[in-house]
Amino acid sequence: MKATVTVMLKQGVLDPQGEAVKSALGSMGFDGVSGVRQGKVIELELADGTTEAQVTEMCEKLLANTVIESYRVEMDA
Amino acid sequence: MKAAVLQFPGSNCDRDMVEGFRGAGFDVATVWHKDTTLPDGIDIVGVPGGFSYGDYLRCGAIAAQSPIMRAVADFAVWGGHVLGVCNGFQVLCETRMLPGVLMRNARLKFVCRTEPLIVATSDSPFTRAYEAGQQIEIPIAHHDGNYQIDDDGLVALRGEDRIAFTYADNPNGSRADIAGVLSANRRVLGMMPHPERAVEAAHGGTDGAPLFAALAGALVAA
Repeated sequence: MKATVTVMLKQGVLDPQGEAVKSALGSMGFDGVSGVRQGKVIELELADGTTEAQVTEMCEKLLANTVIESYRVEMDA
Repeated sequence: MKAAVLQFPGSNCDRDMVEGFRGAGFDVATVWHKDTTLPDGIDIVGVPGGFSYGDYLRCGAIAAQSPIMRAVADFAVWGGHVLGVCNGFQVLCETRMLPGVLMRNARLKFVCRTEPLIVATSDSPFTRAYEAGQQIEIPIAHHDGNYQIDDDGLVALRGEDRIAFTYADNPNGSRADIAGVLSANRRVLGMMPHPERAVEAAHGGTDGAPLFAALAGALVAA
C-alpha cells in the first residue's frame, strides 16, 4: 500500500521560493498569477495494514516541522 | 574541562570546532552520530556546522533524529551545556531544544562573508566575556539562516533576555535581526555565525575566541 503526504508552509509564513517563482512567471508574461506557494509531496511505500495514525506520527516526528509547516495525508489502497 | 564535538555525515566544521575548544584549553572528543551515549565527564557538547545528511528534507531534520541527539537532549535536560553553530543551530531547532526555525534566506542566496554582530546579552556562559551592545565580527556561511519565530515566542525570548546575538546589517531576513538564541536555562546556545572561524589571527579575526574562553572559565568554575 501507499500513502501520499503533502507538506506545505502554513498560511502566513513567508515563502521566499514561492515569491521568486511568482515573479519569474510574471516576467515570462504569465499575467494574473497572484500567489505561488511551494511545498513537497512525499510518497511512502508501506507494509499492508499501516494505519493513517502511523503515517500521521511520521509527519509529526519527521516529515513536517509543525512550527511552520502543515501536512495532509492521503492513504491509497 | 571536556568537550564533545558531534560528527554527522556531511558535517564540515567539526574540526574547526574541535580547534576552537582546544584553543581555550578543553580536551575534545569527537563523537559519531550513531553513538548512543556521550563520553563520561563531558562539560559541553558542540554541534558543528556543515550539511548533515545533505540538508535532505529540511536542514538538520534528519540529524535531529539520530541516536546521538537523544543523548544530547538528555544531557541538556540534566543541565549540560550545548553549542550549536550554523547547521548545529538548525539541528537544535529541529530537536526543539531551541525555539523557532531557520528558513531559506530571504534573498534566496547563499551568503558567505564576515558579518558584524551585536552582542545582545552578556548574561550567559557563552557571552559573558563580551559587553552587551558590543559589536564583533564573525563569519557567516549559510543558505538557510533566516530565523523565524511566532509573536509569542519572540516576546518570550525578549522578556527572558535570551537573544544572544543580533546582526548589525541583517543578511538573511531573520526576524528581529536574530543571529543566536539561548535556551531558558541559558546553557544551550544556537547561532548561525561561526565563532570557531574567528579564533586565530590567521583567520582574519579573533572575535570568536572570547566565546570559547568564556565557556572555559564558566565550566572550570562550575
